[in-house]
Amino acid sequence: MDRRIYGVETEFGVHYSHPGARPLTPEEVARYLFRPVVEWGRSSNVFVSNGSRLYLDVGSHPEYATAECSTLDELVAVDKAGEVMMQQLIDQATERMAADGFTGTIYLYKNNADSAGNSYGSHENYLLNRRTEFRRLSEALIPFLITRQLYAGAGKVVAPRTGDTDPGTLDRDRPDGAHFAFSQRADHVMEGISSATTRSRPIINTRDEPHADAAEYRRLHVIVGDSNMSETTQLVRFGATDLMLRMIEAGTPLGDHQLENPILAIRQVSHDLTGTAELSLRSGQRRSALQLQRHYLEQATAFVERHGAHHDRLDAVLDLWERALDAVERQDPAGIDTEIDWAIKQRFLTRYADRHGLDWDSARLAQLDLSYHDITPGRGLFTLLQSRGAAARFLDDDTVRQAVDTPRPRRAPHCGDGSSRRPASPGSPMPWTGRT
Amino acid sequence: MSQQYSGSRSEREEDLPEPAPAPAGGSAQAGTTDLDSLLDEIDSVLETNAEEFVKGFVQKGGQ
Repeated sequence: MDRRIYGVETEFGVHYSHPGARPLTPEEVARYLFRPVVEWGRSSNVFVSNGSRLYLDVGSHPEYATAECSTLDELVAVDKAGEVMMQQLIDQATERMAADGFTGTIYLYKNNADSAGNSYGSHENYLLNRRTEFRRLSEALIPFLITRQLYAGAGKVVAPRTGDTDPGTLDRDRPDGAHFAFSQRADHVMEGISSATTRSRPIINTRDEPHADAAEYRRLHVIVGDSNMSETTQLVRFGATDLMLRMIEAGTPLGDHQLENPILAIRQVSHDLTGTAELSLRSGQRRSALQLQRHYLEQATAFVERHGAHHDRLDAVLDLWERALDAVERQDPAGIDTEIDWAIKQRFLTRYADRHGLDWDSARLAQLDLSYHDITPGRGLFTLLQSRGAAARFLDDDTVRQAVDTPRPRRAPHCGDGSSRRPASPGSPMPWTGRT
Repeated sequence: MSQQYSGSRSEREEDLPEPAPAPAGGSAQAGTTDLDSLLDEIDSVLETNAEEFVKGFVQKGGQ
């Protein structure tokens, strides 16, 4: 079976903290972070030698877009390589800032929201055969994307609703008090499909840049996802979405589960850890996130039985998908609390809260939520959990470092050989190594 | 894990003992002891004023 070509783009949150001193804006810190990039390429938008792209995006977010990859191992390794590169930028910026008298601490978060309710994204790209009709594709895919939070969500400590604000239709099922939710991103999604990105964020963005013969291929741009820290969560997120796309491309009948109000539904799912909240379908029926995901998993399992496994991580994808649904159904995350981001985070935060007698409205828990996404090894909560075995992985540090150093196999080098100090042409890649 | 990167680290981090190597494979079960020790130590890597810290993280929206 054909390989899928996929990629993921991550926007990082920038936070500079120096209690008691003059604060620096994210713009100022981002300029320090990207100074080595600008010095090399005279631009804050470069390709680097592993084929990925590094740039400063809207709102001064450092952004890393992976090279187009053709296996899940490659995709996750190249994504994690972006964290290594960002850490190198932090280290260099910290030194330069100290020399200028700014001795605070830079935090880069691989998450999707700041404290004021601004959001930034994790965008997935999947190359598809253009023969698949876009309308049929999106109708089948959106209910899946809305409910995959049950295993793809990064988890979020949600602040209590403040003042007398009318919750409005979209948030009508959201608890008023502080609580833990599946998704970082769900509350910021405003449309099903559109060409917008910042003004009104959709689930599927209609941008279509196939980097291939556009007559043959479409590049699907999914912008509803949470940024994941966990390698195993990424495996099931990209692996399950690829399986859905394969079934849709093959014309497998998946049933009509179009939601009456996708934007309400995505919030209902995020704020209901039981997975049983009933979502209204256009057909007049009602289904829970668990029921829809059970259905997709059954269909995917049968599809793999008919067509065979198309990659060697397929068993792991189906297994974790099933165990995550079991865990939500039984309301016992123990079976996935080293493998699925929201459950890894919830486990640690719950233990911490119990030990210190805290509720979900505690600022300390909100701080730990941010810390989970802090990419700095030895300081960020996820990195600490992973180094102690409380977060599983299927790659290792060497593989990730090699993904910094090495252009993607089977893909022709974009242009140039990366050996010159200066770009030979505007598209030449900036040499980058994971070894410092 | 942190030695692979160059550059400065805050002093707070150096208070932490060396992390154990991450287990290979996707079925790791964290030892309760490890999690307990991290629960003991995590405050040493967090900035003291949680509320100020959290409120200080504000940035324009991205995509």
